[in-house]
Amino acid sequence: MKYSPHPLLTSTVALILLGLGWQGCSAGKPKGQAPVVLEYWEKWTGFEREAMARLVDEFNSSQNRIFVRFLSVSRIDQKMMLATAGGVPPDVVGLWDVNLPSYAENNALLPLDRLAREAGLREKDYLPVFWKLCHYRGHQWALPSTPSVVALHWNKKMFREAGLDPERPPRTLAELESFNEKITRKNSDGSLAQIGHMPQEPGWWMPDFPSWFGGASWDGGPHLLLDSPSNRAFFQWLQSYPARFGGSELFKLRGGFGTFASPDNPFFQGKVAMILQGVWMDNFIRQYAPEGFSYGVAPFPESTPHPEAPLTIAQTDILVIPTGTRHPREAMEFISFVQQQKHMESLCMAQRKLSPLAKVSDDFYRRHPHPYLREFQRLSQSPRAQPTLCLPTMREYSNDLIIYSNLVLLGRMNGEQARREMAARQQKSLTAKLDRWERVSAVRTAVWDQELRP
Amino acid sequence: MTRKEKRSTLQGLLFIAPWMVGFLALNLYPFCASVWFSLCDYSVLSQPVYLGIRNFQNLIHDPVFWKALTNTLLFAAVSIPLSTIVSIGLAVLLNQPAGAQGFFRTLFFLPCLVPAISLAILWQWMLNGQMGLVNMALRPGLDFLNNLFGCTLRAPDWLNDPSWALWGLVLTGLWGTGQAMVIYLAGLQEIPAELYEAATLDGTSAWQRFLHVTLPMLSPVIFFNVLMGLIGALQTFAVPYILTGGGDGPGRSLLFLATYIYQNAFDFWNMGYASALALVLFLMIAILTLTAVHFGEKKVHYEGR
Repeated sequence: MKYSPHPLLTSTVALILLGLGWQGCSAGKPKGQAPVVLEYWEKWTGFEREAMARLVDEFNSSQNRIFVRFLSVSRIDQKMMLATAGGVPPDVVGLWDVNLPSYAENNALLPLDRLAREAGLREKDYLPVFWKLCHYRGHQWALPSTPSVVALHWNKKMFREAGLDPERPPRTLAELESFNEKITRKNSDGSLAQIGHMPQEPGWWMPDFPSWFGGASWDGGPHLLLDSPSNRAFFQWLQSYPARFGGSELFKLRGGFGTFASPDNPFFQGKVAMILQGVWMDNFIRQYAPEGFSYGVAPFPESTPHPEAPLTIAQTDILVIPTGTRHPREAMEFISFVQQQKHMESLCMAQRKLSPLAKVSDDFYRRHPHPYLREFQRLSQSPRAQPTLCLPTMREYSNDLIIYSNLVLLGRMNGEQARREMAARQQKSLTAKLDRWERVSAVRTAVWDQELRP
Repeated sequence: MTRKEKRSTLQGLLFIAPWMVGFLALNLYPFCASVWFSLCDYSVLSQPVYLGIRNFQNLIHDPVFWKALTNTLLFAAVSIPLSTIVSIGLAVLLNQPAGAQGFFRTLFFLPCLVPAISLAILWQWMLNGQMGLVNMALRPGLDFLNNLFGCTLRAPDWLNDPSWALWGLVLTGLWGTGQAMVIYLAGLQEIPAELYEAATLDGTSAWQRFLHVTLPMLSPVIFFNVLMGLIGALQTFAVPYILTGGGDGPGRSLLFLATYIYQNAFDFWNMGYASALALVLFLMIAILTLTAVHFGEKKVHYEGR
């Protein structure tokens, strides 16, 4: 069954692309004899965009057959969906790993197994967790651009003020909470002045939190594991916060927090002492934290610690080729260029991230400005480095989890009730998506296999 | 039909053709497509699969739909009467012969020129539970009451507390009453002065003149504004979407039908379900508008009739 896009959608998207193309043309024109022009959409802005723009320029000047036109696009996941549905997708897109399942199942991506193999990109060249994040339903859909793992970041000054050893982070969740109690300060009116830790700051990894309680949230198949002991423990843990600190006080404190990428970030401001954050945090600390700000990085504490193999959640920005692209081979050539160790390291260093490759040069460690890069690299190589939760229903799941966890943290809902309600809703949603997949899986698999034939 | 008539008809058709093309391509076709998609499982990227009425059955059993519907209707039920009262009150005040009339009219209309997105971001800070201007204004009064009665009243955390979020949005909505106020002001100026003179000679009070002269004469304008307000309130999207950072608000207290449609269509890739929701919203607006027209017209006083 071949999908033919709606003519109205096609013409609308074509008009939008014409507009984007017009803007893109002003960025620079291909030199030489009619090279193949690739449209590359990327989500990054600011210094992260600049880092990739330099690599694109390097690629463009390294040969004269392909010219990559690089565009920074907001809400890239939605725009790519519409462009692909309209039959006029870009040639390369920089998405997030969590987008993979829904895009792959909906036939929005080209399977890259054969193209990657032909380009000499092999599993052994990558850290296993990042290679795994590029795969879904037995096929490869992406290659990593810049990856990250998460770790506990703590404010040493706040530790010192609370009488804690600033060089000694908590090692278990129980210890985290005991430190939390010591660091938390209240104003005379009972409101919170500062807190040791709050799960919703920044709260970006809520779907992955049950991992630190010893279990997963999805079996990879038809079942969510929200009934598991780890999920029960996670919701109980959330419930303990309003009981100890007051639900409305937690949210009032958070309401006063400034923007993440600003000097008002609560971590720099000394409002929250311990946060879960990714490798990129150092860059924001350099830009916005007050002078002399001192912080440490360590594995985020688990309920049961495994010092020899610490747990971390891995994520990666990815490069994909949408279905219906006109130049898949050329697109792969550009992606392969980015995957070369020299280029990957220059990109990751400029974005202050770690390398997804198994082999890392000494120069990368020496020149990289992140003071804790080796700690992050060690975490990414840990046998217990886990890919972030990537469900086909990820948006619904994250949305629900934010709502239910906030209700629990506010003290408006019992943790167990929230977990049960969320489990029922999300299991139904997952089953519906899997039913949709069952209807098309035979056709999809046949198309993908066709793509993979030499 | 004579040759001249034919030519005239052709010219007429030619003149309305741009509108017709726009209407057919941008209104009628999407509407018909949406009706079809509401009967399908459709992710936008794959061919729609016919499901019959399953989307509508799911909708009935979807608690989030009911929550969004309740929020939408509650918001309309509170915000429309409130903004009508406030804007009529302002219009009556600004219609009084007083100095700097033009200045005050401009002042009250100015907030309407602020784009919805900027308005939402502004109110995000105004309603901040800890440092928002609204709570700063409320605190002295609450402290006074607490001292007087020994109670422990506290300023609400508007956007984080499920019980207060919707009221915060209603407050935000009052910011835009200037638009309706200008229309009421135009309506007030159309009321013949003789009616007031006659009523004054009859010995009526100011309140009686307002009740028996102003309101009946203003009723067509009130009817128009309420109707527009109803349609607008049922389609509320931009402000709560920005206020909640693209989310649903605490405990889904700021989730409206339009937001839920958007989420299902573009975030969850359930375009079929989103189309079913959109059809329900369309029918709801149509029924409520027709009902309002049916019952409202009997109460509206048209001077020319």
